[in-house]
This record gives sequence, structure tokens and C-alpha cells, in this order.
Amino acid sequence: MINGISINYYLLLSTVLFIIGAIGVMARRNSIIIFMCIELMLNAVNLLLVSFSTLHNDSSGQVFVFFIMAVAAAEVAVGLAILSMIYRNVKSIDTDLLSNLKN
Amino acid sequence: MLGYTITQWIFGILSFLAIMLALMVVFSRNPVNSVLYLVMTFFCIAGHYLLMNAQFLAIVHIVVYAGAIMVLFLFVIMLMNLNEDTEPQRTWLTKIIAGVAGGMLLFVLVGSLKGAEQMQLSSYGASQIGLVKNLGKVLFSEFLFPFEIASILLLAALVGAIMIGKKEIK
Repeated sequence: MINGISINYYLLLSTVLFIIGAIGVMARRNSIIIFMCIELMLNAVNLLLVSFSTLHNDSSGQVFVFFIMAVAAAEVAVGLAILSMIYRNVKSIDTDLLSNLKN
Repeated sequence: MLGYTITQWIFGILSFLAIMLALMVVFSRNPVNSVLYLVMTFFCIAGHYLLMNAQFLAIVHIVVYAGAIMVLFLFVIMLMNLNEDTEPQRTWLTKIIAGVAGGMLLFVLVGSLKGAEQMQLSSYGASQIGLVKNLGKVLFSEFLFPFEIASILLLAALVGAIMIGKKEIK
């Protein structure tokens, strides 16, 4: 019998990964890196969903993770298309330069 | 080995690697390096899935994230010719403020989770729900409608990406 790991460690790991993603969103100016940090945050949540699905022996959590992956793929496709269009028009993906809505 | 089982050792090493690589994603100055570190983070997370016997998700995670999404990121970065020199940097003050804000969020979340009940993943390694056979049965019976909706979503995203990405017709 393999000894189990407490769910609390998974909670802690997911929290730390999520916070690293949040710090990345706040601390970086490159839009693509911000996008990647959002992916990291999504993955932290996915990890927690899978661990709770294992804990409760319920497959719904893993099916949800499957759908989150599908949505993330769609999001990345549209987001990167928008970013490449912005780059074509502005010649930069620096978030500080994308302030056209301000004035 | 020091009172820990082999599963706990693997969990600890994978967690340490995942957190370190995630930090490298944020702090690396070169965007291409960031992408490669993120791919390695995803492999560590796939290792966690395997540890929980979620084999289907581990494979899908590697194929979809490391295989498709990150390659797309890499393509876009190479297309824009981003490197260390063109990388915009925030001021140190903003970075410190971001770190403090993140640290406080971490403090609050860890503080609120600290009182949580200790529950072992008892079915560890023996759990059968993550296998392709069982997950497929659930996916194509209970979750059939959301599955079809997801395919429509992907189609819409495909069309949207092409519409946004193509040159404007004058």
C-alpha cells in the first residue's frame, strides 16, 4: 500500500503556483509573458481540481480539467492572434504602450 | 529514507522543481527562455497528474500544453523577434510592489487554508477514475452535451483567430 500525501500539500503547491502567476502578471510588461503567467494560474487550478477529484474518487473534477484545457487552447489561439495583430499595427507588445483607450 | 515514502519524495522533488521553474518563468529576461521554463513546469505538473494516477490527463496535458500551446507561443515570439534587448522592463518600485502584493495574497491564502482538515489521498495509486476507459465512459455519457459544446467553442475560436489574424480587406 502506497502511503498517501495530505491534500493540504496540494493546496499549498497550487496556491504558490497561482501566486507566482499573479506576480508575473503584475511585474512584467511583455504581453506574451503575461499570457504565459495566466496559463500558469490556470494550471495551478487544474492541479487542485485533479487532486480533489482523486481525494473524493469522483471523476467529474478530471472531466472539468479536460474542458478547461479545451477552453485554454481556444483562448490562446484567439489571444495570440490579437497579439500578433497588435504587433503588426503598433510594432510592440509592451502593455504600457497600449493605452489608446485612455484618451 | 528519513521516514518518508518514495511517493512523498517524488511529490517533494516535483513540487520543488515546479515552483523553481515557475519562478524562472517570471524572472527570466529572455522571453524564449521563459517559454522553455514554462514547458518544463508543465512537465512537472504532468508528473503530479501521473502520481495521482490521472494518466489520461497527464498525456493530454503534455500533448495540448507542452506540444501545442507552448509551440504556438514560441512561434509568435520568434515571429516578433523578441529577445533580451527588446524586452521592456518595469521599474524596480513596481516590481517590489508586485512582489509585496503577491506575498500578501499568499499570506492570506495560506493563513486561511492552514486550519483545513488533514485528509489523506487514501486511494492514492489505486484510484481507477483517471484511466482512459473510465474517464471516456463518463465523458461520453454524463458530459456528452458539454463535450459537443466544447467542439463548437474550438471551431468558433478557430474561425475567430483566422478572422483576427488575416490582413484587413480594404
